[in-house]
Amino acid sequence: MESRFLVLFLMALTALGLGACSRQRAVPADESGQPPVIEPEVDRRAIEQARIDTEDFEVGVYAGQLSVEDFGVNSVVGAHFTYHVTEGLFVDVSGGRSDTERTSFERLSGAAQLLTDSEREYSYYNLSLGYNILPGESFIGRNRALNTALYVIGGVGKTDFAGDDRFTLNVGIGFRLMPLDWLAVHADLRDYIYDIDLLGQEKTSHNLEARIGVSFFF
Amino acid sequence: MRIGVSIIVLGLGLFAATGWSQERHAEVTVQNPFIELRTGPGRGYPIFYVAERGETVTVLRRRTDWFQIEIPRGERGWVHLEQMARTLDPDGEAFEVPGFSLEDYTDRRWEVGMQYGDFGGANVISAFGGYGVTENLQLELWVGQALGRFSDSNMLNVNISHLMFPDKRVTPIFTLGAGTIHTSPKATLVATNDRQDAMALAGLGVRTYLTRRFVFRAEYKAYVVFTSRDDNEEVREWKAGFSFFF
Repeated sequence: MESRFLVLFLMALTALGLGACSRQRAVPADESGQPPVIEPEVDRRAIEQARIDTEDFEVGVYAGQLSVEDFGVNSVVGAHFTYHVTEGLFVDVSGGRSDTERTSFERLSGAAQLLTDSEREYSYYNLSLGYNILPGESFIGRNRALNTALYVIGGVGKTDFAGDDRFTLNVGIGFRLMPLDWLAVHADLRDYIYDIDLLGQEKTSHNLEARIGVSFFF
Repeated sequence: MRIGVSIIVLGLGLFAATGWSQERHAEVTVQNPFIELRTGPGRGYPIFYVAERGETVTVLRRRTDWFQIEIPRGERGWVHLEQMARTLDPDGEAFEVPGFSLEDYTDRRWEVGMQYGDFGGANVISAFGGYGVTENLQLELWVGQALGRFSDSNMLNVNISHLMFPDKRVTPIFTLGAGTIHTSPKATLVATNDRQDAMALAGLGVRTYLTRRFVFRAEYKAYVVFTSRDDNEEVREWKAGFSFFF
């Protein structure tokens, strides 16, 4: 009886020991010097999991016209980065810049300058949430349909203009047309709203921007 | 800004280059009686083709929860994740859809987010990046910009956040941190100097997993600004926003 236990105990111990050894020494059979007992004749089918290209991000540039209240309509350029959370919802970070012109008052009065040249530079950034309200297709000719979406967007940001940073709300609407699966063309209308007290009295200023851009999904 | 634009344009070129270098696409076999191909990545797009059981299709790309696939005949369409989950890969195994679920959320390591709120009466916009040191503790770097009536501030803080129930959909967060604040009075005010001060903060908040990588987060933080004047300044901040985990 006792010896049977001993045998069992030793067997268990050996098994454990072997297990531990094999785990420690992950040496391939041919490196140990001995030929493998069975030469496998069937090649294992090599299956590598192909990576699927996930394209939830979008990066793009745009150009257009920005109407700065009291300071004329001027060209604007910018860039944006978008993350598509679901098929409807997306998050957008954008930034742009423009140079504003002299106000009518400055022009008529001749000498009076409200702003220095550097204060006349206009730049902004925005963090916005957008939603594709009307996804659909547009047809060009008889054989081609392009995916499109009409989206609404709104958010918060900062405008640097007239020597100060101004907290800015933005709301807008845009149209996205996709000529290729990874390429989009945008047309956007935005309103940037902020308070400005430059002309003596604080007022809420609306600054409209119309722009077109191109972006890439990756 | 100009430099920023040129960097982005350069980036675009790189992305395009990497995009074209990919050749191999995943192939799956339809296991359901059929899967539906839509003309676009959205539930409203019309179904224009149905791939039957046994057909092998190529997966080209994924956008949110939609997969663009190509059928042997060469046509391309978009299939929803739910239907893709019921296809087989060449191994005969169920096609593994890398989805985003509550489990992925609890396993996350990185978090990036933005918030908007009120910083002592001023509008504040913040962005942060966080790294999960342990399951409960997250190290975060915050940058913030407070835009007020009389002054603007830029803040930079390092926080350590404690997530009470990291494996639950909703968890309270407790935060301690320190950093600096740079305050510049408005240009229209009588000229005063810019100030740079150290600050410390304590906060509590709540974090909720919404969908995919999307997380909602709202916080209250109490700051003490160590000014060079006689009294320290105390500022309370409320803010809410969203973040993404990776």
